[in-house]
Amino acid sequence: MGYQWNFAPVFEHADALLYGAVGTLRIFAICLVLGLSFGLVVGLMRYSRRRLLNWPATAFVEFFRNTPVLVQILWFYFALPMLVPFEISPLMAAALGISLNSAAFSAEIFRGGIQSIEPGQWEASRALGMTGLQAMRRIILPQAIRRMLPALTNRAIEIFKMSTLASAVAYVELLQQGKLIASLNFNPIEVYTVIALAFFLFLYPLVRATYALERQMARSDSGGD
Amino acid sequence: MYRWDFAPVLANADLLLQGLVNTLAVTGTALAFGIPLGLALALARLSGRRLLAWPAGFVIEFFRTTPPLVQLFWFFFALPVLIRVEMTPFMASALTFSIQSSAFFAEVFRGGIVSVERGQWEASRALGMTPSQSMRRIILPQAVKRMIPAFMERAIELMKTTTLVAIVSYADLLYQANEIAQKTFRPLEVFTVVAGIYFVVILMISLLARRLERRLAVSGESTVH
Amino acid sequence: MTQPLLNITGLHKSFGTQQVLRNIDLAVQPGERIAILGASGSGKSTFLRCLNFMETPSAGSIELGGRMLGSEGRNGARVYAEKELTQLRQRVGMVFQQFNLFPHMTAIGNVMEGLRTVKGVAPAAARERAMAELSRVGLADHAEQYPARLSGGQKQRVAIARALAMDPELLLFDEPTSALDPELVGEVLGVIRSLAEEGRTMLLVTHELGFAYHVATRVLFIADGEIHEAGTPDEVVKHPQRERTRAFLARHREFSL
Ligand SMILES: Nc1ncnc2c1ncn2[C@@H]1O[C@H](COP(=O)(O)OP(=O)(O)O)[C@@H](O)[C@H]1O
Ligand SMILES: [Mg+2]
Repeated sequence: MGYQWNFAPVFEHADALLYGAVGTLRIFAICLVLGLSFGLVVGLMRYSRRRLLNWPATAFVEFFRNTPVLVQILWFYFALPMLVPFEISPLMAAALGISLNSAAFSAEIFRGGIQSIEPGQWEASRALGMTGLQAMRRIILPQAIRRMLPALTNRAIEIFKMSTLASAVAYVELLQQGKLIASLNFNPIEVYTVIALAFFLFLYPLVRATYALERQMARSDSGGD
Repeated sequence: MYRWDFAPVLANADLLLQGLVNTLAVTGTALAFGIPLGLALALARLSGRRLLAWPAGFVIEFFRTTPPLVQLFWFFFALPVLIRVEMTPFMASALTFSIQSSAFFAEVFRGGIVSVERGQWEASRALGMTPSQSMRRIILPQAVKRMIPAFMERAIELMKTTTLVAIVSYADLLYQANEIAQKTFRPLEVFTVVAGIYFVVILMISLLARRLERRLAVSGESTVH
Repeated sequence: MTQPLLNITGLHKSFGTQQVLRNIDLAVQPGERIAILGASGSGKSTFLRCLNFMETPSAGSIELGGRMLGSEGRNGARVYAEKELTQLRQRVGMVFQQFNLFPHMTAIGNVMEGLRTVKGVAPAAARERAMAELSRVGLADHAEQYPARLSGGQKQRVAIARALAMDPELLLFDEPTSALDPELVGEVLGVIRSLAEEGRTMLLVTHELGFAYHVATRVLFIADGEIHEAGTPDEVVKHPQRERTRAFLARHREFSL
């Protein structure tokens, strides 16, 4: 009995894993930027009372929140090429799926954050003569973002975890490289253990930071202003 | 201009149905094990005994922080080698998502339990109840009611996450879609229909959840005193 | 002199470095009704809560019915077993300022809960007993209501019935009317007065000076976690000897008595 653990072959392929890690970071960065910025746009559209803005934004959010992200990625990879005249690379498909999914979720965070600001803040900025846009940019958003910070950090962590799904369309990231090494060396235990630990060690500090932010928000909220 | 043709999808409706049944089976199994396990983890974490709280905390944090696909690979490829048992895709999937969802349910339970006012503990303890009687009779019934929205949200997330099982060739809805797409050369129609199926099923569950919440909110037995 | 029902010696309680109660000695005879007065933050609630071990005393000992509670632990402090405490709490009932009714149970469910879960009384017998207690507090016709549907005064009366159902030898009231609208105070005080007339032993923290004066057999004035002055209602409320007691009463008499 007793499995003989041997991590040496994993570390022999450290360069391959590192290459994968770079791929993970690349798609994470792309999806984080696209997801959150598009999410802000959609969130503002959702907040708007104009039907022409509100309606499509709502449909977008509902659709992307209520379908699995892996289905979205596969749709972009296998289905979309039928409709567009150019190649869809694994990175494009995965980044599209993850970014749009994250945009839908963060849109709700942005909308909720904006709605949570007391009407008095709007009134005070309008009373100073600010336009709606100025009030939003200078007064409302800065306060809302502070409140949303824990939820947004949480979203970022989710995006990082989702990046592994890109391996399903053979995008080269950490898990994909792990698969490769495991199949070459027949050592799935060590490889997947190392990868799981790598994700945990990288993400857990972020998770703790989110907890700390949440606590800080809870304190400053109960302290009143 | 692309010519849509849904006939090949319809011709394989039985496969899709079978896939949907399998998706529901793995979701249901994970819920059936994940909820009680989550309650146990939450109680252990809240027990105040380090020997219980610490390992429970680690399991919860680890499974919430690492990507589910990495977990699934570990349980599917690594665990069978480690404990020398055959692991079917269903077993690996059910195991992974039972534990993964239990980590999330544990936090839902914990949040619900700590949200119950201290006075409720005190009143039950003042009557002479033991801590476990207080928990069972007074705290949990109130906590569970408050947890229902978070609970439904987690269940829906779980259902979406189970699409990952397709990657280890468990014949869920997404897996069937991929098969049919390859067979019929109609990926656009197949993946669009499957995305639609997920959307409808998940939306229905969301709507049901919202109805349930409203029903509970208007019932005379409210949580305010 | 008969044996005291409750005998407290050298009671101390600290939260961290803050000393909240110091060196409290008190013997409660069966049938005594002790009103506890004192400014907010003086330690009145903490004192009551030490008596049913909602808070564990930092030092000192408590005897109930002649038996010393807890056992000598290391470094001198007493340790209390869970089982001993649940038994003690069945003998000492508590009524809270915020009622703390169980919102997911009806009024009668609240009153039955201790009987069923703690005492293991059969459902029919528990229901009958609970109904009797609800009738005593004048709420028989509200038995099936959930707490959310009751007024503050009704809630507090249910809470009193809940405590009474356990047949406690001693009742602790922690400002039972402070969370009530003024017009609802009377109905709760009325119930407590009727319990006094039955000769029940009780400790009552209150700001209702007039009620304390008329119903209590003894009054304690607590300041800075100590019993600053004690005596009959006449002595403490009408003819206080110490300056702080006088100042406290002067401030409170403006709106009661
Ligand atoms: N659980 C606790 N932790 C820390 N400090 C407490 C706690 N309970 C009470 N205190 C402190 O003890 C002091 C006495 O409180 P309390 O007994 O509630 O006073 P009273 O009932 O006379 O208003 C206060 O300073 C209060 O802040
Ligand atoms: Mg108090």
